[in-house]
Amino acid sequence: MSEEKAPRILKINVLRFDPNDENDVPHMQTYEVEEAYGMTLFVVLNEIREHQDNSLMFDFVCRAGICGSCSMLVNGRPTLACRTLTSKLDENISLAPLPLFKLIKDLSIYSGEWMRGLNEKLETWIHDKEQEINVDKLEERMEPALADEIYELDRCVECGCCVAACGTIQMKPDFVGAVGLNKVARYHLDPRDKREDEEYYELIGDENGVFGCMSLLGCQDVCPKDLPLQSKIAYLRRMMLTTGLKS
Amino acid sequence: MKQKVIDKMPAKLDFIQSATGLVLALFMWGHMFFVSTILLGKDVMYQVTIFFEGYYFFGESYPIIVSILAGAVFFIFIAHAAVAIRKFPSNYKQYTIMKNHIHTFNHGDTKLWFWQIFTGFAMFFLGSVHLYIIMTNAADIGPYASADRIVSDWMWPLYILLLLAVELHGSIGLYRLCVKWGWFEGKDAKASRIKLRRAKYAVTIFFLTLGFLTLAAYIKIGIEHKDHAGERYQMVQSVSQGVKI
Ligand code: HEM
Ligand code: SF4
Ligand code: SF4
Ligand code: FES
Repeated sequence: MSEEKAPRILKINVLRFDPNDENDVPHMQTYEVEEAYGMTLFVVLNEIREHQDNSLMFDFVCRAGICGSCSMLVNGRPTLACRTLTSKLDENISLAPLPLFKLIKDLSIYSGEWMRGLNEKLETWIHDKEQEINVDKLEERMEPALADEIYELDRCVECGCCVAACGTIQMKPDFVGAVGLNKVARYHLDPRDKREDEEYYELIGDENGVFGCMSLLGCQDVCPKDLPLQSKIAYLRRMMLTTGLKS
Repeated sequence: MKQKVIDKMPAKLDFIQSATGLVLALFMWGHMFFVSTILLGKDVMYQVTIFFEGYYFFGESYPIIVSILAGAVFFIFIAHAAVAIRKFPSNYKQYTIMKNHIHTFNHGDTKLWFWQIFTGFAMFFLGSVHLYIIMTNAADIGPYASADRIVSDWMWPLYILLLLAVELHGSIGLYRLCVKWGWFEGKDAKASRIKLRRAKYAVTIFFLTLGFLTLAAYIKIGIEHKDHAGERYQMVQSVSQGVKI
């Protein structure tokens, strides 16, 4: 039988800061954790909190890539910690909170507030223009292919990775980002949403919307749900251009 | 239903940016093929020159045609710069944020963007100098005249930088046009993007190689012709007819 290789000792460098503590300054703290088979960063962080430092703060809910809570910068790259296997990484791992969002403490951020603002700004709900709601009316049928396409875009978990990866939004925080553009594309596809192209143009037809995107495609390359952000942004851009150039 | 009044300007500006960028980038391809004819010999380059001066249409050379062409390109160039300047970091804070982001994120396409901004900025100066000189000295294009300008009039350092800037900027720009508007996206956008990026590198290398070979050819001629700088080229054929002064 071949000898088992000794497990690696991972050096986890965490950027720590408590904005509510006046005496605190952002600083790095290193923890050493013995790697185990199939270990994810979710396991690593819980290991640290349980056995080494219970003051370390970070967010997890589903630990399965569904809730979008555990997004952070792993070696500078935005991603979901619960879906990141340590075996894919070097021994030295740096963790930092996603930039741009409100920092709660250490790796924990308040992305919900930001996402809520975005959803309100872009009105990401069905606008059907019917005056009265008739609960007895049957919903219109939809082609399965179209339903699939909409569902594909609905898979966004609002993790904010695309926001952290976007150079444009770092420089210009009013930009709606790929998450916002993806949502608009989703409602535009939906036949139940009766908004005119001009109304969509009012939402994203400017430098804070689709024309502000500089096509750096950081969003596309980090989205943990692998959404077709590049194609959808290009699609919106074409559509908004036609709307804008129309008389 | 009430008609919405929308501000069409952002759409128009994006269109102008892309359209002028596309025209300039394709023009630069053509331009490179024309100037590189010097590699096929002085006669070929001379014929291309007088072609653009209308010699084959009017039987006589009119450099004013080249002036007008250069003026038109200058106009498009200025329009492009005016619109694209919106994308520059607009203060030191934005610049540092972007620099940090590029540094920590380590992402290929974001780095390409930095180079595009950098080369775009450089071309404000490099491109303007070149275009103005060509526009105002359109008669002084030819195997000797151009080589003299490069060597005896000290244009070669500027041309080296301009060549690097324009080839990087142009091919990155064309790549960005494709991903930005969804051209050549096909069924699998990811696979096509990889192909597009490869094509981009190939185009850059091709035009940089051709460009430097061409520049070297002019420099060689310029050095050989240094003592006669200012003299104009005559085709060998004309010499045999005894036209040479
Ligand atoms: C003063 C000279 C120039 C400046 C300041 C400039 C600046 C820029 C900038 C900042 C961008 C990026 C726009 C973005 O991120 O959305 C850009 C795009 C582009 N540039 Fe230039 N540029 C100049 C000259 C040229 C020239 C000579 C060419 C031709 C080779 C060219 C071709 C392009 C192309 C094809 C694009 C992509 C257009 C787009 O994204 O819509 N540019 N330029
Ligand atoms: S688009 Fe992707 S990266 Fe952006 S918030 Fe949604 S799931 Fe996260
Ligand atoms: S393509 Fe780039 S600029 Fe546009 S949203 Fe994505 S990361 Fe941001
Ligand atoms: S914990 Fe829910 S996505 Fe990671």
